[in-house]
Amino acid sequence: MEFEISGDELVRKVEELSGQNIFSCYQCGICTGSCPFAAEMDLGPRRMIASLIEGRAEVLQSNTPWVCASCFQCVVRCPNDIDIAAVSEALRQMTQRRGIDHIDLSHIPAEERKRIPQIAFVGNFRRMTR
Amino acid sequence: MSVEPRIGVYICHCGTNIADTVDVQQTTKFARGLDGVAISKDLMYACSGPSQQEIMMDIREQKLDRVVIAACTPRMHEPTFRAVLEQAGLNKYLLEFVNIREHVSWVHDEKDAATEKAIDLVRMGVARARLLQRYKEKEIPVGEEVLVLGGGISGIQAALELADADYHVHIVEKEPFLGGVMAQLGLTYPTLDCSTCILAPKLSQVERHPRIEILANTSVESVEGYVGNFAVTVSQKARFVTDACTSCDKCTEVCPVTIPNEFDEGLSKRKAIFKTFPQAVPAAYAIDFDACLNKTNLLVCERCMDVCEPQAINFEMIQQSTKKLDIDTIIIATGAKPYDPSLIAEYGYGRYHNVITTIDLERIYAPTSPTGGDIIRPSDRAAPKKIGYIQCVGSRKSNPALHQHPYCSRICCMISIKQALVIKSKIPDAQITIYYIDIRAYGKGYEELYERARRVGIRFIRGLPGEIRENADKSVTFIGEDALLGEMYAERYDLAVLSVGLEAQDDSRDISSLLGVARDTDGFFIERHPKLEPVDAPTTGIFLAGTAAGPKDIRESSTQAKAAASRASQLMRRGVFQKEALTAEIMEERCTGCKECEKVCPYHAISVDGVAHVTGALCAGCGICAAACPEDAIDMRHYTDAQIIAQIDAALAERPTEKVIVFTSYWCSYSGADMAGTARIKYAPNARIIRLLCCGRVKPEFALRSLEKGAAGVLMATCHPGECHYDRGDQEARTQYELLKETLREVGIDESRLAMEGVSAAEGKRFAEVINQLASKVAALDPIPAVKLAMARQKLQEHKKDLQRVI
Repeated sequence: MEFEISGDELVRKVEELSGQNIFSCYQCGICTGSCPFAAEMDLGPRRMIASLIEGRAEVLQSNTPWVCASCFQCVVRCPNDIDIAAVSEALRQMTQRRGIDHIDLSHIPAEERKRIPQIAFVGNFRRMTR
Repeated sequence: MSVEPRIGVYICHCGTNIADTVDVQQTTKFARGLDGVAISKDLMYACSGPSQQEIMMDIREQKLDRVVIAACTPRMHEPTFRAVLEQAGLNKYLLEFVNIREHVSWVHDEKDAATEKAIDLVRMGVARARLLQRYKEKEIPVGEEVLVLGGGISGIQAALELADADYHVHIVEKEPFLGGVMAQLGLTYPTLDCSTCILAPKLSQVERHPRIEILANTSVESVEGYVGNFAVTVSQKARFVTDACTSCDKCTEVCPVTIPNEFDEGLSKRKAIFKTFPQAVPAAYAIDFDACLNKTNLLVCERCMDVCEPQAINFEMIQQSTKKLDIDTIIIATGAKPYDPSLIAEYGYGRYHNVITTIDLERIYAPTSPTGGDIIRPSDRAAPKKIGYIQCVGSRKSNPALHQHPYCSRICCMISIKQALVIKSKIPDAQITIYYIDIRAYGKGYEELYERARRVGIRFIRGLPGEIRENADKSVTFIGEDALLGEMYAERYDLAVLSVGLEAQDDSRDISSLLGVARDTDGFFIERHPKLEPVDAPTTGIFLAGTAAGPKDIRESSTQAKAAASRASQLMRRGVFQKEALTAEIMEERCTGCKECEKVCPYHAISVDGVAHVTGALCAGCGICAAACPEDAIDMRHYTDAQIIAQIDAALAERPTEKVIVFTSYWCSYSGADMAGTARIKYAPNARIIRLLCCGRVKPEFALRSLEKGAAGVLMATCHPGECHYDRGDQEARTQYELLKETLREVGIDESRLAMEGVSAAEGKRFAEVINQLASKVAALDPIPAVKLAMARQKLQEHKKDLQRVI
C-alpha cells in the first residue's frame, strides 16, 4: 500500500492530534511490558513509538492502535509522561479521516439497526474502521 | 551630579554567541548617542586579555569614570571587569554589567526584537551607570573554626583535610554514630574492596584527632551571621553512655527491648542500647531513648547499668542540651538517602517477600551483616539461584505522582554490576539478569567492571519489566518486553533486586532555610556555579560536599569534600574577607523611629534608638528595610532608589506599552533567567529585566512608576516561598505586592498587570513560562488613564503609612 504521507508530516500530525512529544521516549519498554494486549499486537506500544520517531508511515497499517483498549496502563507507568493511548487514538483518527470504513451502515439490516444501541454504533465506527 | 560623567560602553560579540542574534554594531552606535557616554566600542571577546588591556587604556587615556560592559551574565564576568577597573585605578562599584547573552541572544531568535532588547538593556545600564557611586569595602576577620554538617564519608573527608591543616573542626551528625550510608555498604566499586575496611581507619582518625570535635546525636537549631562570624546553636540528644564505655557488649545481652535495626534496613533486630557496627565512632554505645523503658524518666529498668563494669551508663544526663558555636566557615555534607520503592505498586516492594532493594542486599552480604555475609532471600533464607535486577527504580522518571525523580542517580548501574559479581563469587551457579534502559559506566575502571560482569555471564536485557508478580512459592515473575528482540518475556526469579537511586534528605528543606542556601527542584543544594564553582554555596563561607548537592558515588564525594575543604581553608588562611559595600543607609532627618525596619531585618543589623542605625558588618544589603520604610528614609548602596528608577525610565523610553518590567532577585530568579539562556529556552522578547539582590527590595512605587511610564505589566520574580537567600525577602515582597494589588483594585486598574511569581535559580523553563504568561495576559489591555494612576499613587502613600507588620 502506498502512503501519501512523509515521515515528517506523519510525526507532525500525530503530535498535533495527540498533544504528545513522542521524542521524549527513551525506549525503556515499560509500556509494552505493561500492556495486557501486547501479545495480540504486531508492534506493541514501544515499537509503535519507535516507528514514529523514525518516521515510518507503515505504522498506519499496524494493528497496534486498533488492538489498544485504552486501558491507560502504559500511560500511568510511562516514565516520560507520554500519553501513549492518545498517540494510538491519533493514529486511529488519521486512518478514519482517510475514509476507509469496514463497517457500512447500509449493510446492517434495518431491524438490527433499531436494536443496536447508539453507543455501540459509535464505538464500532471508532474501533473497527480500517 | 555636578560634573557630566564620562562613561565607556563596551558591547561584546562573544564570538557568535551574541552577534548571531543581536546587531552589535547598531547597539554600539546607539550607545554612543546616550547622555554621558564618552566612548562606545564593540569587542569580539570583551573578557580576552587584549580587550581587558584596551579597556584599561581607555579608562586612563579617555579619563573614563564609569564603565558599562554588555556581555554575558554578571555571575560569570562581573568580578573580571571589576578587577579591570581597579587595575586602571577606578573604584570597582563604578562598573555596570549588562547581560545581553543569557537574557537576550540565547533566548530570542528574531534579530530585530533581540537588538531592540539589547539596546534597551544598554540604555538602562548607562542610565544606572550615570548614578553609580564609589564605595570602600569592609574587611571581616575570618578565624579557624569550621562546622561540618554531616558525618558521612564526605563530612569525614572534609573534616580530616581541614583538621590536618590545623583548623578546628566540629562535626555535627544527627545520628548517634558517624559513617553515613557508606558504613552500610558491603563492598565498594570498582575495586571491590570492603567498605568498612577503608572507612574504619578514617573513622578512628576522626575520633583520635585533637582538632576534631564530634557532636553526634546532634542537630543544628539556628545559624546567624556571616562568614567569619556564624553564630551556630546546636542541640544534642543525650547518649546516656559515657566515654568510659569499653564496647564489651554485655549491655545488649541484658537489654529487654528489641526493635527493628534501621542500620540493617530492618532485616535484623537490635536492642535499645546499641552500636551500629563494631568499628562505629563514637566508640561508646548509645541508648535509643525513645525505645528505652526509662523514657518516662522513671528508672524502671536498670539491667544495662547492673552489668556495666566501667559504669559508663548514666541516666541522669540532660535529655537535650544546646550548645553555641562560633564558626567561621561551614561545609554542608548532609548527604542523600536511598529512594523508597514501595510507592511503585507494580514492583511490589514491601508486599512481595522476595523483592528487595540494592541497599537491602548490601546489608545482607556485608561482612558485618546479620547473616555473616551469606546471600539469602528473605522468604525462606535459602540461597537464591536466579536473581533479577531492575535498573532506574525511582530515577529518570518524570512521573511526579510516585515521587520518582527526573535525574539519573549515577550510582545504581555500578552498584548492580558490583553486586552481580559479588553474588557470582559467593554462589557460582547463580544466574543473574540485569534489566536496564542504558548502562552508565562512566568512571575510571567502571567500564572494565561492566565488561567483567558480561564475561562471567551476567545477562543484560534492555527493557524494564512492566510489573513483577509473586508466585505461590514466593518466587517472582518479571513481565516485560525485551526491547532489542522486540519479544515479550515472563521470567521467574528467586529474588528481585530493585536498583534504587538517591534522593534529597527529608530535612534538606530545613537545612536550606537555616543556612539560606537554595535547593534545586530535586531538593539538592545548588552550587554558586554548576561548572566553575562546583563546591561553593551561593553564600560566602558555605561550601558543599557529597550527595547533599546531588547523587554521587564515594569517589566523587571524596573529591568534592576535599575541594570544599580546600576552598574553606583558602578563606581562613587569608584571615580576612572583603565584604561588599552593599549596605543600607539611613537618612536620619526623615526617620521617625517607627521600627518597621528593625522588625523586617533578617540579620538584626538595624537598631532603633530614636532613629535607626545600621551595623555595616551585619547588613547583607538585601534592601528589605528600604522597601518596608514608610518614610522612604532608607536607601541601599549600589542599588539606590534613583538608580532603579533611572533603569525603569530608560527601559520605557520607547514604545513603553509593549514592554514588561521584571524585577529579579540575583540569587534565584535572575539566575533562573540565566538558566533559561543556558538552556536556550525562548520566551517573549518584551521583558526588561532589572537586577536586584532580592525582590524584598522592590518598593511598590517602583512597580507603580513602571505603570505610570506606560509599561504593559510588571513582574516581581521572587524565590519560592520560604527559600529566600535573605531569609524573609519573599515575605516582604509578598506584603508590598498585596499592598499595591489592593491599591490598583481600589482605583479600578486591572490588577492582572502586576504579577508575582517564584522562580528558583534552577528553573529556566519556569522563568520563560512566567514571562510568557504575563506578556500574553497584558498584551490586549488598554492604556491606564492618568487620573487613575494619580489616584493610585495617593492611595499607596496612605496605605504605606498604615502598614504595621507583625513578625
